[in-house]
Formats: sequence, C-alpha cells, structure tokens
Amino acid sequence: MSPRIVVDPITRIEGHLRIEAQVDGGMVQDAWSSTTMWRGLEQILIGRDPRDAWYFAQRICGVCTTVHALASIRAVEDALDITPPLNARLLRDLIGVSQYVHDHVVHFYHLHALDWVDVVSALKADPQQAAVVAQSLSDYPRNTAKQMTAVQQRLQAFVQGGRLGPFANGYWGHPAYKLSPEVNLLAVSHYLDALDFQRDYVKIHALLGGKNPHPQTYVVGGMAIPIDPNSQYAINDNTLQQVRGLLQSGLNFVNQAYIPDLVAIGKSYPEWTAIGGGLNSYMTFGDFGGAQPKRGQTDTAGILPSGIVRNGDLSKVEPVDPMKITEDVARGWYSYREGDGTPLRPYDGETTANYTGPNPPYDFLDVDKKYTWLKAARYDGIPVEVGPLARMMVGYAAGDARIKPLVDGALQTLGVGPAALHSTLGRTLARGLETKLLADQSLGLLDQLVANIAGGDLAVHAGVKWEPKSWPAKARGVGFHEAPRGALSHWIVIEDQKIKGYQAVVPSTWNASPRDAKGQPGAYEAALVGTPIADPKQPLEILRTVHSFDPCMACAAHVIDADGTPIVEVRVQ
Amino acid sequence: MSIVPPAPAPSQTASTANGPIDDGLLARLFELGVDRRSFLKYCGVLTATLALPPSFAPRVAAAVAAADKPSMVYLAFQDCTGNAESMLRARNPDIASVILDLMSVDYQETVMAAAGEQSKQARDAAVGKGGHILVVEGSVPLGGDGYCTIGGESAQQILKKASKGAAAIINVGTCSAFGGLPAAHPNPTKAVAVGDVVSGVPIVNLPGCPMNVDNLTATIAHYLTFKALPARDSQQRPLFAYGDRIHDNCPRRGHFDAGQFAMAWGDEGHREGYCLYRLGCKGPSTFHNCPILKWNGGTQWPIGAGHGCVGCSEAGFWDTMTPFYDRLPHIEGFGVDSTAEKLGLTVVGATAVGFGLHGVGKTLQNKLGRNSDEQSTVDVTDGSTDLGSAGFGSSPAGRDNPDGKAGPA
Repeated sequence: MSPRIVVDPITRIEGHLRIEAQVDGGMVQDAWSSTTMWRGLEQILIGRDPRDAWYFAQRICGVCTTVHALASIRAVEDALDITPPLNARLLRDLIGVSQYVHDHVVHFYHLHALDWVDVVSALKADPQQAAVVAQSLSDYPRNTAKQMTAVQQRLQAFVQGGRLGPFANGYWGHPAYKLSPEVNLLAVSHYLDALDFQRDYVKIHALLGGKNPHPQTYVVGGMAIPIDPNSQYAINDNTLQQVRGLLQSGLNFVNQAYIPDLVAIGKSYPEWTAIGGGLNSYMTFGDFGGAQPKRGQTDTAGILPSGIVRNGDLSKVEPVDPMKITEDVARGWYSYREGDGTPLRPYDGETTANYTGPNPPYDFLDVDKKYTWLKAARYDGIPVEVGPLARMMVGYAAGDARIKPLVDGALQTLGVGPAALHSTLGRTLARGLETKLLADQSLGLLDQLVANIAGGDLAVHAGVKWEPKSWPAKARGVGFHEAPRGALSHWIVIEDQKIKGYQAVVPSTWNASPRDAKGQPGAYEAALVGTPIADPKQPLEILRTVHSFDPCMACAAHVIDADGTPIVEVRVQ
Repeated sequence: MSIVPPAPAPSQTASTANGPIDDGLLARLFELGVDRRSFLKYCGVLTATLALPPSFAPRVAAAVAAADKPSMVYLAFQDCTGNAESMLRARNPDIASVILDLMSVDYQETVMAAAGEQSKQARDAAVGKGGHILVVEGSVPLGGDGYCTIGGESAQQILKKASKGAAAIINVGTCSAFGGLPAAHPNPTKAVAVGDVVSGVPIVNLPGCPMNVDNLTATIAHYLTFKALPARDSQQRPLFAYGDRIHDNCPRRGHFDAGQFAMAWGDEGHREGYCLYRLGCKGPSTFHNCPILKWNGGTQWPIGAGHGCVGCSEAGFWDTMTPFYDRLPHIEGFGVDSTAEKLGLTVVGATAVGFGLHGVGKTLQNKLGRNSDEQSTVDVTDGSTDLGSAGFGSSPAGRDNPDGKAGPA
C-alpha cells in the first residue's frame, strides 16, 4: 500500500480543510476529511442576551454571511413563539435568495472553475474563434472578439510579468483538463466579469441590510430596516427600484453566462457524471416564500423543498423529523460524558474540546482514531448529503412543479438520465439549476413585498416580546434555514432571559463529517472513494469532487454546547 | 524600524506631488485595461479616504501606477473569511484590479489556484524573498497548537515564519487586530491578536467586522505613495480611518442633539431617520470612518439602514458593547424646545459619565452572568483599550505615531 496523499490546505473554499486519501491503482480507495480549526463559539455564547445571538452566530462564517444570522433569529423566535410580520419575512427571503445567487456565482467562477478551466491554455486561444464559440452558447453582450482579445492580452501581460499571483502553481497542463483553448479563454473572461458582477449584485444586501459582508439588519421579531414610501430614511420606491434592477441583473448574468458556461463544462466532462456520487441519501429543510412554518418544524411550503431521499430511491420522499437529528464524537476531537459514540440530539448536545491529534508540525493524522474538529451529524442514524444536489433530488423526487422540469431540461441537454445526478458533475449542475430557479423567483418575492407595502402595511417588527421580562423563565427553540450549502439548524435553550445552551448543526458538518461510531463515512469521504488520480503529486481530481460540495469549514467546526460546561482540555500526544 | 519597502521601483513620475502623469504610465494603464479618467477618479477617492488634500491625487496615482508588484501574502487563522470576502467587494473593480495587478497576491487561500503542497511552496517562495506585505485575517490560538493548523503547521508556527522579513503586517478585521470573537469571554482557545505573537515588524490594524476594503486599498496606496505606513494611534489604527467618532460624523446627530429618538423598530421616529441611541447604538463610543465611506461602494451603512452601530471596530467590543440593544444611559429632560447649544452641553456632560460606566458595568455583568470558574478573564483593556476612549468627548486612543513619521511625508 502506498503512503496516503495529503491535500492541506484545500484552497478555494471557506476555512481550513485537510483531505488524506489512500490512493492505489490510480484510484482513491479511502479518504478522510479533517477540519483543522476551532474557535469555541458555543462557549462564548453562553450567558448572553438571546437577542444578541444572531450577531455572534453570523460570524460563524463570512462567506455564508447571512445564513447563521437568520437561523439564529428563527431559533429565538421559535423559542419565544414570535411570528415576524410579512414584510420582515419577505425582506429576509430577499436577502437569503440574493445570497444564493451571489454565493453560487462566486463558487462556480472563483472557487470551482479552475478545477475545469486551464488558465494557461487560454493563452493559445484564437480570440476570434473564442468569440464565435461564446456567441454560439449565449447572447451575453460581452462575448465579443474585442473582449476576448483584451482578456487574452491582459493575461499575456500578467504571465510575462513573471508573477502569476493567485494563478501561480496551479495544475496547468494536467491531463484531466479537457476544454479547448477557446473555451478556456471565454471562461477566464467570464471569471473576470463575475468579479465585477458579484461586487455590484451584493449591493442588495447593503440596500436592505446596511452592508455586506455581514449585513446588520436582523432583530428578533423582524428586521431593523424601516419601510416608508414617504421617507428617504426607510425602504422607499427608490430602494425597491434599485433592488429590482440588481435582481434583474442577477437573472441576466445567470441566464447569459453561468448556465451556458455550466452546460459547456458539463458537455466536455461527461465522465464526471459517473464519479463522486457517494452517499446517495439526501436531506433538505426547505425555505423561502411560504407561510410561517409550525413551531419546531421545517418549511414545507417554500420555493425550496423539504424532505429526505434515502439510498437514491427517487420513488419516495420522507418528511423531515427534526428529532431524528443526532451527533456523535467518536472520531471528532471532543468528549461526551456518556461516551464519545453516544448519539446526542442537539438540545442535549455537549461540547468538551479534547484535542488528541499529533503535535504540529505533523505529516499525517492518526485517522484510525479521532482526526477532525467536526462531530458526526446523522439523520435517523445514517449519514446524508445536504446542499444543492439534495434540494434538486428531493424536489425532483417529489415532482415539484418548478424543479422537475428544470432538472429534466438539463438532463436532456446533457443526454443523461437522473442517475447521472449522483455525481461530482451532478452536484455542480444542481447548484447552477437552483441558482436559475431562485434568480427567477427573486423578482416574484419583490413583487409580493411591493404589493404588501402598497396595501398600507409598513410593519417590520413584532415588538410585543422584545423586552426580556415578557419571556417565560425557560424556553427552547429551533431555527431552520435552507442555506446555499445545505440544511442548517440552530438550537437554543433560554433560561432566565439568558442563553443556557446553543447548538448549530451546519451544512458542512453534515457533508464534511468524519466516520461515526458505527464507522459510516461522511459525504466527502464517501464521494472521494473511486475517484481516479492521474498524478498523485497533482491531485486535481480530489479538488473537483471536494469543491463540488462548496466546503465551508468555519461553519462546520463550531458545534455548540447545550449544557454550558466551559471545560476545554487540550491534550497533545 | 524600517518601513521602507525593499527596492521600490524608481519612477520618473512619482517624484512630483502635482506633476502630470507621463505617457509611459498611461500606456501601462491602458495595458491593464483602465482608462485615465476612471483611474484618476479612483485615486481621488483614495486621496479623500486618506484625508489628504486633493492636490495629492496625482501623486497617489503616479505611485500606484509605478509600483513594482510588491508581494502580498494573505494568511487566515481563526477566521470566518469575512475579510477576504470584503476584499472581493473593492469599489470600481477595474481600478481595484490595478491594485491587485500591481500587488502580486502570492498566497491567498480563498482564491488561489494551487492547493496543498503547491500552495505552501508559493507561500514559502514569496516569504523567502522578503519585503512582502503580510495581510492577516483571524486570531491566533495560544491555548493549544491543535486549535488551528494549516498544512500540518500551527497558526503560530506559520505566522512566525511568514512575518520574517515582511515589510509590514496589515491586520484585516477585529480578530487579527485585537483577538476579536474567538477572544471574547471566556476565550476558550486563548486566542490573541497577531501583534501579541509577532514583534519587530510594523503593524497596521484595520479592525471592523469585517474591515472595510476601502481602508485596505487606501493603506496600500499610502504605502506605495509615501513609502511609509500611514500615521496610527496607539492601537496601530490609521488615523485617516479611525481618527473620528462615528457619532460626530453621523447624519442622525442632529436628531440626537434635538432629543429625537427612534423608540421601537419601525416606529415613526425610526422611519423618519431619528437617532438610534435608544435602540442601543454604540456610535458614540466607536471610532471609524463608516459614516463617510459607507459600504459596498458607498451604497449604505448600518446606521443608515436603521440598525445601531455595535462598535465592531473597537477592541473587546464583544464584551464591552454587549448586550447590543441596551441603550447607553438614558438622559431625561430635554426636548425640541431646548436650544441645541444647551442640549449639547447637557448631553456631553451626562453621557460622558454614563458611557464610561456603561463599559465597566457591562463587563462586570458579562463576567458575573456566565460560568467563570476558569482562569480566563474578560480582557477588556487588552493593553490599550482604555475605557476612557469609550467616554463621550474624549479623544481617540492616542495619536502617537509609532514610526515617528507624519503620514504625508
């Protein structure tokens, strides 16, 4: 058996992720996913005002910069039985949906594209021909020969300068790169355009939330931004027009650049519909545009679906039972009082850090023991994948009126059947499809907000339970949010107006999970098995599959102590 | 201590403050896909951000355009990547990319193509040459090396190695500048600021949660223009960005002075843009150019959008400014009939005491309100966060310049 290959840091993700993989016969035989950073946010939250929790929780991640704020607010509202007004719910949906469009575009072009696009090859392209190819794909206005020439010259100057900056040391020329120089050039051109696009589009968050990253506008019970068509200090017609223009620009960019580029990549890499599937069981909590969900339940009436698909069986969708969510720490650097292999529900969770890994600097983790700062999250005892593929799978299996035709159309374009979705490329495709879905629906959400305001409703906050003295002595609640990277839940226990316990079970906790007490691997680990590796020194293929999940490690590694025992032990072997 | 970058490119254009920009520079700008007008406009913005006289704009432009690709190494430790995301939001990207094209971003995990060994090689090569600008996001855990490792090395090991020979360290965000969220009580990983681990390299702190990218580009422009880091306060924050109190530049200040406050989210006062102080705004205790720059290319800022300031650029704000919605002490007895002058005096006098007490009181509450049966404490002072600076009417935390140089040399 050859020594394990190590990829650390996995770059072009959020946070700190390490993959160790056993490669034999040109193929990954086994893989271990390790999160190598922990902050202890759980302990920091204990004893604080529950109304502040969203601001702390938001800092779990600056990439998914809205999602933890929203899940946290919903957890407190669930605990205190608060229903925010319709305007506030729609504003949250607009911020959330635009987060998807922003985040997925950035992921596709800036975090994932370089796994498929050889930047150096673009230097060899014929810019005229690149424009012809680009124009055959879409009517994107910047698909001109002039633009392709300018981008190539800029790239040329960059390379001649001898300092490649962020493009240095890429796996350029790797045999797994298959796009023509012309397609590579058009992708580089759109990579640069997407930088401009994301910078402008995210102004939606500034308009509705004061700033981005980390919009500062959520409050328990509603939103902090006032609405008044007759005031220049509130959301008025001017604000709404600007938001509409930006939402439309998002829809245009997705339709004219993202989707055509995605299809071009999909057609060029058909073998990746048979690689990187993994668990084949999926979970999604649902979100956006529906009525206020019942207390303690997921949103079953939103644009995004809620449900479970087991073992790739698309013939049935189970409803989500939140009480079936558990976590164990058999292989994570924590200890449980009743034994590390005991599955605990989030309300009963514990977090006692217990680092038993090697003393840095080290070459390998001891993967037979504990090897990560993640707990193993499980649903009804099994590992599940969450994220874009889970949403499209559950929506497809449920016959969702929007999702099914969207997925069928894409499958037809690529000439493959639904089974091809259980793959690296399927995951990347699903992300693009749902971006289109939500970019489309975003304008409808804005229409609803406008109509509600036109009807005279200016309320943004339900203030009856704002003052802590109006709260019960004890309360607990859960906030669900279907975040861009997957199913997210925050769980809070409130006692005497203070946080007694707080736990977040996060999308990347599900996907980047280590083995559990029964030895079942997590989603990354399962997906990597069977991945071909052309050159163990340049494991480009590992990046493709891991990036297809869009890892977010700061999110994942911050499991939270519901019990409030601030004990931290660090033992170094 | 030396803050002169190694071998800056000699430029025939950089020497005059008001001189014209020569054709060579223009050609280079065109090469980079930038037209002269928008470039100069951007340098005007930088100049304004730096609080320099407008006559400096051409000098900034010349220096920025003539720079010889100093290397940037961007490290992330106990972070949320919010500052890297903020960097992607730089206004006028054509020009921001000039900065990027002119800085060689040799290591930045969020965007770089290379991974694993190849990425570490890129980092070590850039560091090996020396003279690099080290940008750091996230705090450094001292409670155990296992709390943050990258490529098998601990945050401390990487930081010490990468700061060797660096021309300067720029800490982006409150975590690397002051310890930030991981260092909030009870600081489970014993997280500290970069400045607590590294010595011998000049440091610029750009706190904020996250930092405003316009302050980063302005800091870099200043460095390229004057071959020196901008003048800083005792917490190493540039005066051009952290010299003024938010409250003093707040467009809602008039309402404060007139006693007009929003009392509930969405009430009439809130809709009319009244002062947010009763809803918890910490603008009176916070030094930052947020109201001037705003966010996302000047689109909006938190107070403008109706939520109070939480003091995110102040050291220890997670403990000293919480609970966020507790108002600073209530001031009775003034209304619209009082004169502004009289009010100003009353308010300054009463709140100066109040704000000072607020900081102390909240810290005590936070300490007592949680399990504190371990040794860690709420480090509100963090060596330099004098509570006096949270008082009304006091000056920002020291204006001494550690480099002994004035900003515009």
